[in-house]
Amino acid sequence: MTEWLKDVEPLTLKGQIAVPYTWWAGETGSRFLVSIRDKRKILGTKCKECGKVFVPPRKNCGRCFTNMEEWVEIADEGVIKAHTIVHYAHPLQPVGPPFAYALIRLDGADVDFLHLIKKDLDKIRNGLRVKAIFSEQRTGHILDIDSFELI
Amino acid sequence: MDNAAIVGVAQTKYERRKKDQIFADLVFDVTRAALDDAGLGIDDIDSVVTVSNDFFDGRTISGMAVGDACGGQDKNISTVSGDGTFGAFYGLMRVLSGYKATIVVAHCKGSEGSLPLATNGMFDPIFQRHLGIDAISSAAIQANVYLTRYGIREEDIAQVSVKNHGNARRNPFAQLPMEITVADVMKSRKIAEPLKLLDCCPISDGAAAIIIAGEEVVARCKTKPAWIKGVAHCSEDYLLGDRDLANPVALRDAARRAYKMAGIRNPLAEIDVAEVLEPFSYMEPLWLEGLDICEPGKGFRMIDEGVTVMGGKLPVNPSGGALSANPVLVAGLARLIEASLQVRGDAGARQIKGAGTALAHGFNGPCGQSHCVWIVGGNR
Repeated sequence: MTEWLKDVEPLTLKGQIAVPYTWWAGETGSRFLVSIRDKRKILGTKCKECGKVFVPPRKNCGRCFTNMEEWVEIADEGVIKAHTIVHYAHPLQPVGPPFAYALIRLDGADVDFLHLIKKDLDKIRNGLRVKAIFSEQRTGHILDIDSFELI
Repeated sequence: MDNAAIVGVAQTKYERRKKDQIFADLVFDVTRAALDDAGLGIDDIDSVVTVSNDFFDGRTISGMAVGDACGGQDKNISTVSGDGTFGAFYGLMRVLSGYKATIVVAHCKGSEGSLPLATNGMFDPIFQRHLGIDAISSAAIQANVYLTRYGIREEDIAQVSVKNHGNARRNPFAQLPMEITVADVMKSRKIAEPLKLLDCCPISDGAAAIIIAGEEVVARCKTKPAWIKGVAHCSEDYLLGDRDLANPVALRDAARRAYKMAGIRNPLAEIDVAEVLEPFSYMEPLWLEGLDICEPGKGFRMIDEGVTVMGGKLPVNPSGGALSANPVLVAGLARLIEASLQVRGDAGARQIKGAGTALAHGFNGPCGQSHCVWIVGGNR
């Protein structure tokens, strides 16, 4: 460090970068979110080439490079395939720690769905079944599923 | 391949908070030092690749802010917003397409922003970002899959932290040289299970630079070149739920293609030292499996078996790795710098005696979505 800097506190300048941005959920994402909001039903899309059912849904199968046009209703229950119990906090987490993230293989899907588990953290193990808890106030948002709970 | 080499390298010391230097100061220092290392002047460089990320830097077109500092005026300058190993790949492509010498500079100051907030930005904004997922919590999910699949104990991955922080004591650039035990790791604060504080990289500030040159410039350099023998990268699915997180298929693909290019048939026997990007302890054994250095599920045994320790058959991360300093994006370039120093014989106290062939690895994206593998050699 330069000699004179040892005698002074280097200055900092604070910024508050909060760049507003509005993401369109798109045709596929909108249908998925509206279904959760209005019917409490989780939907996926199915690839006509490989037959895989994807949730969250998307318009293209990345592996087969095809359009996916078939919609499939998926269960609101499934199996925990992976999880972590989080012990640190940051402002973007929707709930304070401790809470869990889990990759959940919903019945009828062929990929895992990332979401939250807030209760019974000491009982969580991979392989256990969980069920979606829908929020009472639903707005067309991924957190219209409040979290998953052990069955 | 045998017609391009890394002829100059430089790193800053990695620190938690660099208060006296802004991005451009860091980049200027490593640019000057890399040129001095090579014995070249700035006029010998005809192509510039900067590596930075706008979220981390808190500004857009973050690469442009360091163009002056790396001699980019009046030159072809371009930016890679990804790990430094990928920036180096781009730099190599430019040399192979006719530029005489490319400097690749990377910078990051983890201390100035918020890593959870910035890394949350990696994730899909419709379906995942609002869950608050970030680099650490996604890595913890991957660690959970990996450990449970193969019955690996938390103590087994804690050994990686012990080894790498210990190795860092011989690396003057490392941020966290430490003599610790498995018990210290186990009793450190829980971050996201199974990861504890000492399973996780620190927040770091720093910069690094390399010069990649074609034959004509290599011949004029004062330093022994690190010849580029093989390199490849590969990416897999974006969403975590689409991937088998305990099976790094993209890494395996990249490694096999890099080995083929380098003429390597048995990586464990033919590679003398490896530097892999392991910001979390479990990543080192998992990446060794993806690199075909051991069988799937056996990576955690490599320390106990004495393979990856200093003096072992294939020492891994003699520098201390990303666990001992993780300026994001810079850290991958640091792995390539360390590999180059090893085959030059210039790695100081962390030198692996007689290292002729070295591997460097970096990755991008949550849980290693895409990987880049380099093989460098001391002889052409």
